Amino acid sequence: MKPKPVKRRAAAPAQRKPTKLWQLRLYVMGQTPKSLTAFANLKKICESQLKGLYRITVIDLVKQPHLAKGDQILAIPTVVRKLPKPVRTLIGNLSDTERVLVGLDLRPAD
Amino acid sequence: MKSNVSKSTATAPRLPKCPTGIQGLDEITGGGFPRGRPTLVCGGAGCGKTLLAAEFLVRGAVQFGEPGVLMAFEETEAELKANVASLGFDLAGLVRRKKILLDYVHIERSEVQESGEYDLEGLFVRLNHAIDAIGAKRVVLDSLEALFASLPNEAILRAELRRLFRWLKVKGVTAVITAERGREQLTRHGLEEYVSDCVILLDHRVVDQIATRNLRVVKYRGALHGTNEFPFLIGDEGLSVLPITSLGLNHKISAERISTGIPRLDAMLGGRGFFRGSSILLTGTPGTGKTIVAANFAQAAARRGERVLFFSFEESPNQIIRNMHSIGLRLEPLVQRGLLRFHSARPSLYGLEMHLATMFKEITEFQPHVVVMDPITSLMDAGTANECRAMVTRLVDYLKAGQVTTLFTSLTQAGHALQQSEASMSSLMDSWLLLQDMEGNGERNRVLYVLKARGMAHSNQIREFLISDRGIDLVDAYIGVSGVLTGSARVAQGALEKAAVLAAQQEAAQLKREVERKRAALERQISDLRADYETEALELRRIAEQVGTRTSVLGTERAASGILRQADIKVAAGSRSKPSLGRKH
Repeated sequence: MKPKPVKRRAAAPAQRKPTKLWQLRLYVMGQTPKSLTAFANLKKICESQLKGLYRITVIDLVKQPHLAKGDQILAIPTVVRKLPKPVRTLIGNLSDTERVLVGLDLRPAD
Repeated sequence: MKSNVSKSTATAPRLPKCPTGIQGLDEITGGGFPRGRPTLVCGGAGCGKTLLAAEFLVRGAVQFGEPGVLMAFEETEAELKANVASLGFDLAGLVRRKKILLDYVHIERSEVQESGEYDLEGLFVRLNHAIDAIGAKRVVLDSLEALFASLPNEAILRAELRRLFRWLKVKGVTAVITAERGREQLTRHGLEEYVSDCVILLDHRVVDQIATRNLRVVKYRGALHGTNEFPFLIGDEGLSVLPITSLGLNHKISAERISTGIPRLDAMLGGRGFFRGSSILLTGTPGTGKTIVAANFAQAAARRGERVLFFSFEESPNQIIRNMHSIGLRLEPLVQRGLLRFHSARPSLYGLEMHLATMFKEITEFQPHVVVMDPITSLMDAGTANECRAMVTRLVDYLKAGQVTTLFTSLTQAGHALQQSEASMSSLMDSWLLLQDMEGNGERNRVLYVLKARGMAHSNQIREFLISDRGIDLVDAYIGVSGVLTGSARVAQGALEKAAVLAAQQEAAQLKREVERKRAALERQISDLRADYETEALELRRIAEQVGTRTSVLGTERAASGILRQADIKVAAGSRSKPSLGRKH
């Protein structure tokens, strides 16, 4: 993983995804085991795949229920990839790493 | 209708009901959906599930002051607003006034990936947030089954739905959940397993090219409900379910009688005409004068100052007015005075239910005392016989409940048994008049008789029915050995009878004269005989006198001769009166 600024400058059509900052939103309901597992799994995957290129926003719908509508949240936990486009949604506690990689369209950077 | 609702709710006080406000539905369900519980509305595509649910919410917000949340899984907010606006619901306005909250839930399966366990807390949160935001009492989930298409893990989904319905109950909202009809079961994904309090099935079916929507309460836990299929309509004022019968036959009954407009017909009906609020069937073959009798009745009622609504399915109002003018009925002034209103519509214009709804609407608007349907059989074209019968039943019920006197004319096709086609309908009617053609003698004549008239003494006579430019006249038809005679035959028969009577009179006079003559002859004979007798008696007396004279003369002569002979003086003197003895000597 290269540092962020370098990545940005080296932005090329062929390498669209790794070149941008990844914005991920994790929707949870309080500190439930499922939420914690999901967060841990997401963090782990991002660390291994997108180190330094991602930002995870955790939204607790217990505190901000009105935010559920915006991203069409039904299932908890849900991860929404806001950036890069297109928006992708992944539901579940993210225990299946392979599916997370496919679902968020993350590829091992090599 | 209102009385039925209140009555039903009174009989089942344990289960609180949530009135839907949908015309007729509250009657069937005895007051509405179960309050605080979920109700499942299932049915095939295009049978009005969403509309029913939306109307439940709108009426709840407008009529019952209960705000509602509509969570839509298939249609967007804008689509929903537009769709229900066409039915006269101002959804957008209600949303603005925070009476209704729309939440469009959308998941694109292709955009969603699944990894590991999850639950549907997000849905709960959204629903909860929406309910709390406007203090909703009613919730509609339309249609929840879309989730099955969006979420891959059915096991989780089912567990979560079960939890959702429980949660809704705990939340205390009255919920309506719509679902697509399944092949083997009520819903495609078996939602009826979870919603067990009230299940309503909608159905849209086409029989004989005529589409009818039907509604059935499949299940209603803890409450009595109508179990039949009830046709329903989607009109410009929303849904209206049409219960085939009001729950009981408990109409108010009037003893008032109203004239038929034909004095002689009144006389046939116990002298005073029909009962107010009764239903009258007038059947006849084509051209027997059904419309004329109906128009007469309408005119008579309007002239008494009553409002009359005339439904015509075959003629336009102007045509009726013109035609009736030709027999001396002047309907136009009554129309102008607002006492008589015509409503003409072709039967094939729309389906039976739509006709019924239109009629209900007209009746509610105009509040007539008398309704004429001319002819009810035309509506048969717009539906099957069964549906038509059901419709007439509902109509009769509705009108009777409002104490409206109704005259139905019914066309009997020539060649059918007169009573056959109406037999199914006639049992609903209180009075039944029959108009019939009598053919024969090179002419057709109309006759009328009263087939039945409940609750009144009525004539059993067949009357000839004459239509002239002065109106209708009823004449006694001739009934004799040779059958019923009408028209010129009746006149001829009358003349014949007159002649016969005259002949009989003449014969009697003749006979009298004969007898008289015989008596005279007899008397003459008697007097002749008497004269004879008298003559003979006179003769006899004369002869006797002669004999007496002769005897005495003889005796005198003998005595004289004896004296002369001087013999046997004593003997001769003693036997003077006995000439024979004397002769023996």
